[in-house]
Amino acid sequence: MRSIESTDVLVIGGGLAGERAAIEAAAAGQNVLILSLVPPRRSHSCAAQGGMQAALGNCVKAEGDNPCIHYKDTVRGSDWGADQDVARLFAEQAPRAVRELAHMGVPWTRVRGGNNSYFIRGERVSIDESVDNDGLIMHRDFGGTAKWRACYAAAGTGHAVLYAIDSEVVRLGINVRDRVEAVQLIHDGQRCFGAIVRCLRSGIFFPVLAKATVIATGGHGRIFGQYTTNATINEGMGAAIALNTGVVPLGNMEAVQFHPTALAPSGILITEGCRGDGAYLLNRQLQRFMVDAEPEKQELASRDVVSRHMAVQMRDGHGVDTAFGPHLWLDLRHLGAEHIRTKLREVFDICRDFVGIDPANELIPVRPTQHYSMGGIRVNRDGQAYNLGGLFAAGEAACWDMHGFNRLGGNSLAETIVAGRIVGQCAAEFAKGCRLDAQLDIATDACDQAERRARNWLQRSGTGPSIYAIRDEMAETMINRVGIFRNGDELEQALSELQAQLLACNVAVLRSKAPGMNPELTFALRLENMLKLAIITTMGALARTESRGAHSRTDFPLRDDDRWLNRTLARWPTGRDEPELTYEPVGLLDLPPGHRGYGDDSRIPMRRSIDEYNAEVDGLQKAAGRIDLMGAQGRTAGSAA
Amino acid sequence: MSKQMTSVPRHLTFEIFRFNPHEPDGEPHMQRFEIEETPYMSLFIALNKIRETQDPSLQFDFACRSAICGSCGMMVNGKPSLGCRTLTADLPELIRLQPLPVFKLIGDLSVDTGVWFREMAQSTEAWIHAKEAFDPQADEQRMDDELANTLYESDRCIECGCCVAACGVARITKDFKGPAGLNRIARFMMDPRDERGDQDWFEVIANKDGVFACLGMMACHDICPKELPLLEVYAYLRRKALTTKSRDD
Repeated sequence: MRSIESTDVLVIGGGLAGERAAIEAAAAGQNVLILSLVPPRRSHSCAAQGGMQAALGNCVKAEGDNPCIHYKDTVRGSDWGADQDVARLFAEQAPRAVRELAHMGVPWTRVRGGNNSYFIRGERVSIDESVDNDGLIMHRDFGGTAKWRACYAAAGTGHAVLYAIDSEVVRLGINVRDRVEAVQLIHDGQRCFGAIVRCLRSGIFFPVLAKATVIATGGHGRIFGQYTTNATINEGMGAAIALNTGVVPLGNMEAVQFHPTALAPSGILITEGCRGDGAYLLNRQLQRFMVDAEPEKQELASRDVVSRHMAVQMRDGHGVDTAFGPHLWLDLRHLGAEHIRTKLREVFDICRDFVGIDPANELIPVRPTQHYSMGGIRVNRDGQAYNLGGLFAAGEAACWDMHGFNRLGGNSLAETIVAGRIVGQCAAEFAKGCRLDAQLDIATDACDQAERRARNWLQRSGTGPSIYAIRDEMAETMINRVGIFRNGDELEQALSELQAQLLACNVAVLRSKAPGMNPELTFALRLENMLKLAIITTMGALARTESRGAHSRTDFPLRDDDRWLNRTLARWPTGRDEPELTYEPVGLLDLPPGHRGYGDDSRIPMRRSIDEYNAEVDGLQKAAGRIDLMGAQGRTAGSAA
Repeated sequence: MSKQMTSVPRHLTFEIFRFNPHEPDGEPHMQRFEIEETPYMSLFIALNKIRETQDPSLQFDFACRSAICGSCGMMVNGKPSLGCRTLTADLPELIRLQPLPVFKLIGDLSVDTGVWFREMAQSTEAWIHAKEAFDPQADEQRMDDELANTLYESDRCIECGCCVAACGVARITKDFKGPAGLNRIARFMMDPRDERGDQDWFEVIANKDGVFACLGMMACHDICPKELPLLEVYAYLRRKALTTKSRDD
């Protein structure tokens, strides 16, 4: 006998965005259920280290900061790919988010009034912090920002924020189910009615019916296999189940961030806060190559720019060769043992535990590694997915889209809290406006379908390839052909390899038929979905014949604001062999496209005027019913059913 | 690092606890696996290698693989440890892996720490009991940076469960708050944003499941992967309990 559960608001994902959305929906009086692959405190949000951007302007190097400067930094960081309205909304709400977290117990590092010593652009600088600001939330420098803006709790910011938010979830008595996975959405092509869930303790499938469903499952870095800083659980299943509806588009999937300083060879993140606090990048000859490459920002240019300079250094033979490939060095030595063991405490631990070095005395081996998915489920300002009423997304799983083609460090933590709150509110409002429809036949069919997929895997026998071999091939394809630098030939090749790997899933054979959750089956059910995300990423990259932010085409090195100032939308219509790509403008332009202040300044300018561009955006948004009408349409559909 | 790169590869033997409760006739047993050691090999790498090349039914938990999420607590040659930060180079050639005791077994090396810690958070009300509602217009409440740093240090617990598994008292006393629970209590006691006073805390820490249940063996302090100062935490809690007058007085 199959149990069927129901709730008002279903939140898929127990990280920061999901839990913040759940808190808001619960506060609005809605019954909320959170589903999580792992106990929520083990979500990948806990891995954020260096900081959370919010323009409080509390220290000397942050003086005069305000949300408007934060918004402009964010748009420049995005290489003008962001929706500027969303970026502004975000920047305006970030200070509130940080202060609310302080109220919930986050032990933010504080301003120490009086004399402080910092490292700035390679020099030790002495600065008197105002005694009036003593005890306010401190900031550290991060890449691509005009001011010191990242609020931080030593180097464990994500951990501290996640524990505070999860404590709030416990306080409110919100229902959380851990070790479960949403494997399919329940929908009729117009409305989403919840999800089919697989229990990762027992392997049993069951439907959860909901008025509103929020996907907050984080990024999908594991489509790059081991070549990512992401946790093993970041396999992108939230984005995949939205894609599998056939109607919901994913936005800008080709926008993939490489973090400059992942530990080599394991790929474990070393925070940008190191460079924010004054650490250097060195090549094999121990030269600070970033000083010549980016005289203005040096090590603190945006991540896409720094990662490209590092890749060039290694390509040109300035990397340190090892059996695991080349790496460069991150130098913290001049920061001193005390600073490293307090403000960068987690970095000290990681270096000791995983490479056996003390960063106060030794150099850290680092190299750029896949880190963040700017792309995800395309949503409007309210967090509502396109084309499917009652479906929302927030955080890294979503393409909201404040990051465009490159996210600034510290903006993701801030996004989870700001967007979580907004999307939680909107989902609650949506749920209030409709009844819980007992779409039992749709739910039962979906559950049957999910069980059939699992049964097919378990029943198939023969000599086909192992799922782990296919995963490894996918990883090699992605890192070698869809990485920091891309070109048409490599992307064509990648696409054909990924398509072959997707076909191989049809003949792959499980070695284990174990009852229960069966770890091999669990991964097999995800693999095909991961390949679909990889294919969309590659197709988007192949089609986009320009270079923008983290998407860098050696055969099209210029940013092309005339043809490509737009966002890729990828849908995968049911029953089709491949996805279809369409495009929409990035949104209303307030800050005109220009030079970012770092990186390459050569680009193809827009021939149209800003006014003409904005007139088109306005028309399209109205015609598509997205920003203003989508929510209303969804509500109508829900309450009429 | 150079030692890692140049050492001669060893042949490692793993003995791993196996039990799948969903297997109708399954019996708990130890199973042997053999693999070649590679440079920087952690138990995260070794266990995945065993699962992918030898026995795909093997259950274990990893997420961050960088010792910050707390998923992978397990008994490594009898000592509770985080699998991801345990390098095989630091172990003998025979490596015995068992699930953490105290917690409910899910299968093989996988245990249910999540439910245990959730219940602990509920029973100790491990959240800030705010003195007043959040005011979105106001500046943040000030805090001395030294205090923020102290709170951060005690907030670093990743709830991996290693201390609980290492604790003789936790293994025989069902409702004992355990080292992680006591640390969590101390974290909120020290936080001036929490309105609970000494009297409120006295009820929580001075009962039979609180700090005086601890026998002082301190295995928790020795094995904590985050090196939390648990010795100091208990001293703080005992001092607080002993200097607080009970409500009955």
